[in-house]
Amino acid sequence: MKVPLSWLREYVDLPAVTAHEVADKLTAAGLKLESITSHGHDVKNVVVGEVLEVEELTGFKKPIRHCRVETGEATPRMIVCGATNFAAGDRVPVVLPGGVLPGGFEVGARKTYGRMSEGMICSERELGLGDDHNGIMVLPPDTPIGADVVELLGLRDDVIELEITPDIGYALSIRGVAREAAIAFGAAFHDPADVVPPAEDGTSWPASIADPTACDRFVLREVRGFDPDAQSPLWMRVRLTRAGMRPVSLAVDITNYLMLELGQPLHAFDRAKLTGEIVVRRAVAGERLETLDHVVRELDPDDILITDQTGPISIAGTMGGLATEISGASTDIVIEAAHFSATGTSRASRRHGLVSEASKRFERGVDRELPLVASWRAVQLLAELGGASVQPGVTHAQVEVSPARIAIPAGHPGAVAGMPYAKETVVARLEQVGCVVTPGDDPAVRQGGVDPTGVVTGGALAARLAVTGDDMITVTPPSWRPDLTDPNDLAEEVIRLEGYERLPSVLPAAPAGAGLTEGQRLRRRVGRALAEAGHVEVLSYPFISPDDFDRLLLPAEDARRHAMRLANPLSEDEPLMRTTLLPGLLKTLVRNVGRGFADVALFETGPVYRPREGAPEVAPVLGVERRPTAEELASIEAALPDQPLRVAVVLAGEFERSGWWGGGRAASWADAVQAARLVAAEARLELSISADQHEPWHPGRCAALYVGDTLVGHAGELHPRVIEAYGLPARTAAMELELSRLESAMPGPVQTPAVSAYPVATQDVALIVPDFTPVADVEAALRDGAGELLESIRLFDVYAGEQVGEGNKSLAYTMRFRAADRTLTVEETTAARDAAVAMAADRVGAQLRGA
Amino acid sequence: MSDYDPVEVTPLHADEVSRMEADAIAAIKAADGLDALKQARLAHAGDRSPIALANREIGALPPAARAEAGRRVGAARKAINEALAARQAELEAERDARVLVEETVDVTLPWDRRPRGARHPLTTLQERIADAFIAMGYEMAEGPDLEGEWFNFDALNIAKDHPARSDHDTFFVGSTDSGMVLRTQTSPVQIRALLQRELPVYVISPGKTFRTDELDATHTPVFHQTEGLAVDEGLTMAHLKGTLDRFAEVMFGKGITTRFRPNYFPFTEPSAEMDLKCFVCRGASAVPGNPPCRTCKSEGWIEWGGCGMVNPRVLVACGVDPSRYSGFAFGMGIERTLMFRHNAEDMRDMVEGDVRFTLPFGMEI
Repeated sequence: MKVPLSWLREYVDLPAVTAHEVADKLTAAGLKLESITSHGHDVKNVVVGEVLEVEELTGFKKPIRHCRVETGEATPRMIVCGATNFAAGDRVPVVLPGGVLPGGFEVGARKTYGRMSEGMICSERELGLGDDHNGIMVLPPDTPIGADVVELLGLRDDVIELEITPDIGYALSIRGVAREAAIAFGAAFHDPADVVPPAEDGTSWPASIADPTACDRFVLREVRGFDPDAQSPLWMRVRLTRAGMRPVSLAVDITNYLMLELGQPLHAFDRAKLTGEIVVRRAVAGERLETLDHVVRELDPDDILITDQTGPISIAGTMGGLATEISGASTDIVIEAAHFSATGTSRASRRHGLVSEASKRFERGVDRELPLVASWRAVQLLAELGGASVQPGVTHAQVEVSPARIAIPAGHPGAVAGMPYAKETVVARLEQVGCVVTPGDDPAVRQGGVDPTGVVTGGALAARLAVTGDDMITVTPPSWRPDLTDPNDLAEEVIRLEGYERLPSVLPAAPAGAGLTEGQRLRRRVGRALAEAGHVEVLSYPFISPDDFDRLLLPAEDARRHAMRLANPLSEDEPLMRTTLLPGLLKTLVRNVGRGFADVALFETGPVYRPREGAPEVAPVLGVERRPTAEELASIEAALPDQPLRVAVVLAGEFERSGWWGGGRAASWADAVQAARLVAAEARLELSISADQHEPWHPGRCAALYVGDTLVGHAGELHPRVIEAYGLPARTAAMELELSRLESAMPGPVQTPAVSAYPVATQDVALIVPDFTPVADVEAALRDGAGELLESIRLFDVYAGEQVGEGNKSLAYTMRFRAADRTLTVEETTAARDAAVAMAADRVGAQLRGA
Repeated sequence: MSDYDPVEVTPLHADEVSRMEADAIAAIKAADGLDALKQARLAHAGDRSPIALANREIGALPPAARAEAGRRVGAARKAINEALAARQAELEAERDARVLVEETVDVTLPWDRRPRGARHPLTTLQERIADAFIAMGYEMAEGPDLEGEWFNFDALNIAKDHPARSDHDTFFVGSTDSGMVLRTQTSPVQIRALLQRELPVYVISPGKTFRTDELDATHTPVFHQTEGLAVDEGLTMAHLKGTLDRFAEVMFGKGITTRFRPNYFPFTEPSAEMDLKCFVCRGASAVPGNPPCRTCKSEGWIEWGGCGMVNPRVLVACGVDPSRYSGFAFGMGIERTLMFRHNAEDMRDMVEGDVRFTLPFGMEI
């Protein structure tokens, strides 16, 4: 809402304060300052002049005039001008040499078109008054020569732009802002709606309300003999422009001006184009209306319409119809001022993509008492400025609405605030807002009902929201505050007007908490461990493309292809919610490589979204007047996808850098698997690794990661075709595992190991096994065979070559043995080693090398 | 042996002992290395050295002469041993000095063989926020990103026709009437916490949120918030203010200036906005005549987040009796906090995953 300070001052007796001081007070009251625009403060030396003589210069591409202008100085000024819309004798604004126009544009005396020009004759736009640059601004003939144009036209003004929250529709008007400013400064407020239209016996154009849920007040008044050529006065055009509206024509400007001033949207119909009684009703399926913007709109049965005998003529509070629009020839005008359903207007405006100044106000709530006043002021202005005659009679269709009432203990605002307010303060603040406050409780307010335009007041909910206690007061909010329905709404009014800045700052003593859960701790450890190990965390968007599934080579039946789809994705290319973390990571990797970082290790922790088998397509939207039952809540959960937390890693380039010390080490499948081990270790779990073939990994370099019998993820080198599809560096490796599964498998606290002080006995063994034998199996066999005396086992060499025969490999292990209670004899350790080797021979056919 | 005169044992003569001592000390001084010193030690202090042999002769003296001879030889041996130790130390120092110089390396050589990674600052900032509240006794609550519309809107008193519920602001899943959305705020966690936990509830819940904004310097469709919720008997706006003042101080230090002003949110009543004094212009741009500020759009303040007393309608929807319990809630922007706390100016940096942006933030923030 843009509020010219001069307009505001018309209705509040503001002290001598700056626009900033006004804005600060309004911000503190909840009308937040967006910006302040100053107009005319830099304008200097612009005076009224009379054109004495005009000489038309020839030989130029456009008409150029050299004028002698009387400016009240010693001698007239000679000024060159490119406009032709004035004549000798006209009074015009003239900026003298040394003068300044809005925007700091300095004007001097200079030679142009071969003549001296001592200043400039100004258009409205050049004076910052509007968009009109079609010609010179011609002033009324009685304007005093030499007068300061800044003062004369009110050029100097500050416009405060305020952000108005959706609850306080009344503040979308000068009237509403003035009321708040008056409270904030303790100044007198003069209500522009404080006009009592004369009582009327007769009616105007016939109208009725057919749907009381659509509209509860509908007022029509009429003027005849309006002069279609009448221009809007400058002051009106300036105010409209500064408040952000474009001047159009006098009749339209009057409706807009009053809407800005009062907050009541008005609509003007050309009386000649109306046919029969006007009825406010909902649309019927199949109805259409061509609106002012020349769009033929299919109407929805929920749309609120103004209709006459020919059908729809306007979408209520949103946009008028083209057929009944006032035109440059309209002389007889019917003014509509109504109170439409806020939700109805809001739905229609969204449905048709029509957000207008009117719809903005209706959906935030308009003062129900305004239509009679605003329509009266409209016809008065049409008469005054447009020469129209006001027709007697007013049409006033309405539905009885009982105003909301709320009873609270006088101490309630203080109880909410955490500081006491005297009862007199509470009552005075509520009265400033416009409420009527009566002492005592009225239990009837807790029965309530639903008013026709859809605002829930009272009923079971009101009873649940009720606050009772000592010293009750019953409050009737004013007609312009439909937002005040609950006890806490009243508390807020008192607290904000007393000042949020006055609230004490008290830290509450929360009960002792249990700290982070095991799962939450695990997530932190995992992130830290991966980062310490060289990976950089990324947070990629969870949106993916169906093409990603192809790029990842996922088979047609792969569960990861089954993804939740957004109804309104930002990009039609990426409408799916990720079922794997890899696409986001791979794209981020490519971006980094493209920016010159070839050695990249990245990780991400986050959910994937996996639809549940047979899940309902719709999650029910429950009521809010009570706690839902367990079954109702379960019905929502059933539709939501599974959202397990995953962690994934991608690696390319050198994982260990080369340098002056020698070569580095390229990131490989092994680093990806190791990252998985690292993550599992943080969950105090050991992974069992086995070879697997699983997209998008290289079929010969893919590890399945298990905790016990539970598959938790995969790691390895990516498939070369995946690498190609994403444009990744060769041999890019990746790991993805489901952290949620680790969380649920996480063992309890670590059990302290017994640390033996007896000496260690070490035995090395080299085993020959077939190439394809997984090392993990060999090691498991050795462990199982060695028994309890085995302290640790470590593979220190893998050899394949002639010495071990084709198709074989040699695995060399160091085994360390130790007993808890004695020094082991050579015989004991040898026996344990032999048992280990025997188990390996038995399970995987291992032969002791050199045996 | 008959002519043996015990008083006249030559090696024990005073002159003789002095000579041995002088010889020994000369040899020790002459030793030019640790090996030479070792030889000198053997020759002049070893078992077969003249002084050792002389010492053995003491027993042969008559008792009356022994004491003096013993003192004489002892003094000489002490002098020799001291000379040896001194020379030993001298020579070792020389050797050390030489060898350690030879072993000198260039300690400025780089050694980034295994560079460290880093965690994303938005993650570590969320953790720091959670820690600040956990220290106050809060617990960390969680909820899904893909959320039921009822949790995200209805239960939070956001009416069916509220503009935020349109597909211009909210990502709908499946269809616009599936009842499923990507949560537009962390507030649905309030509902989950109130439904699942015993009262009183004090929870903090940082997390991802989604709105249909295109990515630019100040917007991202996927962003982060932290929700805070306290529901207990007797909680007031003063408690809310105290909590947020503390939060701001923990995040930004004691010098921070905050502003608490009325605002509107359907899920809180009364509602407020917590503003921070602009970190770039420090509020100066709001004064007329001063240069404008891009960061705060010359308002002098930056919105940190919304807050307020939990709307009793929300309590009712969760089955909490508003006549007994009251509460406060707040939702602060994590990206905003990062921008403010670390002078991050462009949100695109936070989402692109460029390692140059993330690495300096390390493990904690």
